[in-house]
Amino acid sequence: MNDALFIHRIHFAFTVTYHYLFPQLTMGLAPLIVVLKTLALRTNQAIYDDAARFWTKIFGINFVAGVVTGIPMEFQFGTNWARFSEFTGGVIAQPLAMEAVFSFFLESAFLGLLLFGERRLGRRGHWWAAFMVFAGSWLSGFFIVAADAWMQHPVAYRILPGGRFEVTSFWGVLTNPWALIQYAHTMSGALTTGSIVMAALGAFYLLNRRDSAFGAIFLRVGVVAGIIATAAQIFPTGDLHGKYMARHQPATTAGMEALFQSAAGAPMVILGQPDIEHQRIDNPIVVNKLLSFLIYGTTRAEVKGLDQIPKDQWPTNIPLLYFAYHVMAGLGTVFLAIMAVAAFLLWRGALQQSRWMLWILMLTTPFPFIANTAGWLVAETGRQPWLVYGLLRTEQGFSANVSAANGLFTLLGFMGLYAVLTLFYLFLIERQIAEGPAPAVPGAHA
Amino acid sequence: MMQTVWFILVAFMLTAYVVLDGFDLGAGALHLLAARTDEERRLLLRSIGPVWDGNEVWLLAAGGTLFYAFPLLYASSFSGFYLPLSIVLWLLVLRAIAIEFRAHLANSLWHDFFDGMFCIASLLLLVLFGAALGNVIRGVPLGKDHYFFVPLWTDFTPGPNPGALDWYTALCALMAIAATSLHGALYVAMKTTGRLQTRMAAIANRLWPAVAIGTAAGLAATVAVRPRVLDNYRAVPVGWIIPIAVVVALGGMRYCSRRASERNAFLFSCAYMTAMLAGAAFALYPVLLPSGNDPALSLTIWNSSAGPSSLSIGLIWWSIGMAIAIGYFTLVYTMFRGKVDNRAGDGHY
Repeated sequence: MNDALFIHRIHFAFTVTYHYLFPQLTMGLAPLIVVLKTLALRTNQAIYDDAARFWTKIFGINFVAGVVTGIPMEFQFGTNWARFSEFTGGVIAQPLAMEAVFSFFLESAFLGLLLFGERRLGRRGHWWAAFMVFAGSWLSGFFIVAADAWMQHPVAYRILPGGRFEVTSFWGVLTNPWALIQYAHTMSGALTTGSIVMAALGAFYLLNRRDSAFGAIFLRVGVVAGIIATAAQIFPTGDLHGKYMARHQPATTAGMEALFQSAAGAPMVILGQPDIEHQRIDNPIVVNKLLSFLIYGTTRAEVKGLDQIPKDQWPTNIPLLYFAYHVMAGLGTVFLAIMAVAAFLLWRGALQQSRWMLWILMLTTPFPFIANTAGWLVAETGRQPWLVYGLLRTEQGFSANVSAANGLFTLLGFMGLYAVLTLFYLFLIERQIAEGPAPAVPGAHA
Repeated sequence: MMQTVWFILVAFMLTAYVVLDGFDLGAGALHLLAARTDEERRLLLRSIGPVWDGNEVWLLAAGGTLFYAFPLLYASSFSGFYLPLSIVLWLLVLRAIAIEFRAHLANSLWHDFFDGMFCIASLLLLVLFGAALGNVIRGVPLGKDHYFFVPLWTDFTPGPNPGALDWYTALCALMAIAATSLHGALYVAMKTTGRLQTRMAAIANRLWPAVAIGTAAGLAATVAVRPRVLDNYRAVPVGWIIPIAVVVALGGMRYCSRRASERNAFLFSCAYMTAMLAGAAFALYPVLLPSGNDPALSLTIWNSSAGPSSLSIGLIWWSIGMAIAIGYFTLVYTMFRGKVDNRAGDGHY
């Protein structure tokens, strides 16, 4: 493997993976803050305003971390993937530039009002500020997913002499079916993170026997949103995504499942390690015919295996793809199970007393971040060896004029910088949690 | 034709970035010098607090638009200026953290740490942005494949093998510090009262001669380093209106700050920045990034642009998006008009 290519891949992978730890929480919390603000308006109870204000503080810290780690991404297409940018800028920069123009300006205008404008805006005005920030962050997510979806499933383009792509329809890139499915799946993933974090912090306060009234609210909102998000994660969004992928990126599906031989009535591997050399699964636990059924709705359908795909078009790292997919799907299933039990207990009015369940919810906190990361790993390693599926290979896209040493230099710089950012972030979040949601002076809210 | 339209649009966005983010970068560069007490520093941060982030979005919007309209320029320059640009990104991260995290802890060490970070990051960003403009005017050693790579510095001369920093781009960096600090000082003086305002007005008075001399010296150096910058002015003499605007704006700035007309002094500073950038854009057109060695290898709006369909489709989202963005800016700056007050608890900073 070309050294520089490897460094540029790791460079982008590291910075984007780290970045996405924050926006998934931003996009997950934003609608929940709107829910809290709505409850406050509906019930006229100040505790919902206090609850929203508390989450807004955490949201604000998280938002800053998302913004500062996002800025480098906008530039890294050019710095580290120059030839990719040269070829595809006329298409892919449409959603990227639209993100800045349509959502960053919006967010920058309303975030300050959400964080610090509560007194000046009044209750309804402040609700709108929360809503606009939610809209901005979800719009932002859409443009990024649309850009990625175009790389997964290029549409509405023409190739000019010399190899540059150009867009042929304004709506084409934005209404790419792949983008719509991937967006729904990504957003339910973000909402899964947001609702698990909210429910987990509620559980934490209840287990600690402090701020119980707030803990109960966080728990209720988190679990209700969580059951919706975790269910939608699997059906319909995950289901649709899997089916669409099997039809348009059969090599990716075969790699995710480590399906070496095409088969009618293909089995689904639940556990096991792919052995690329011998083209088999070690220590397999499989469910017969399940894969055919999930993709085509019938147990008899044939699923394309890697044997039907030229070796130079196999995903370049099948074990990583396979494990990332299994981690994502496995965790997604566990989240749904946890949320189903929690929702049942909530419905029976027994959740707050079920300390075992509160423990489980609290300890679930890190896993949605892992699941979302694994999901993006599936998308990006699954697309390999392509940058633009079927059209532009990864080794054609990196900045050949930037040496491996220079790439390593800035990669190390980003690692150091993000290590520092992590410390500040965790410190400030911990302080907010320790300080708690109760207003400093009881009844001091406007 | 479309290429020229996009040249103007990208130049407009970059100018908006420099004029808007310029004042909060300039305020940052003067932060430690002009704002001495915690109260003054909070006042300074409050004067840029609600707007700095939106100002910085112009950089992202301009970058994205450049990527779309001139993909080859985006690809070649961002990878060619890899090292200085990466440092810019680090500084942007540090600066944003400094502004936003400072207020989270009521502790003087914490405040001092982030005050220092804010000031140094702002100052270094001005160095890098100034040098970047210098590089674009001086030219870079573009290869036949349209790519290049400049180290941070070589022998500090703008010869055939230049670094990002040489005597000419260093001069541009100094000029950027002076002009942008002046811009920031006039802004903060306009937005604040008390000792901070007095000090900022005094700093602005002292910086003005440096900027005036720097403008003349910078122009002379530019003509020496790259005589072709005068070609467009010779061909289209109406362009001389731009340097005249620079001189008028400089004079207006002085006149208004002498008469303590803060708002107009700041507006003249905006005009000065705009005219300086317009002058550079006018001199470059239709070149986007000159080749230092063989002029035929320069990146121009013709060889760097996206396809015709992209360029016309882009006008749809660009014009709608810009109309909305200008709406937001009008809203935010209207809500934030007038002097920021010193009351604790008003806002975050």
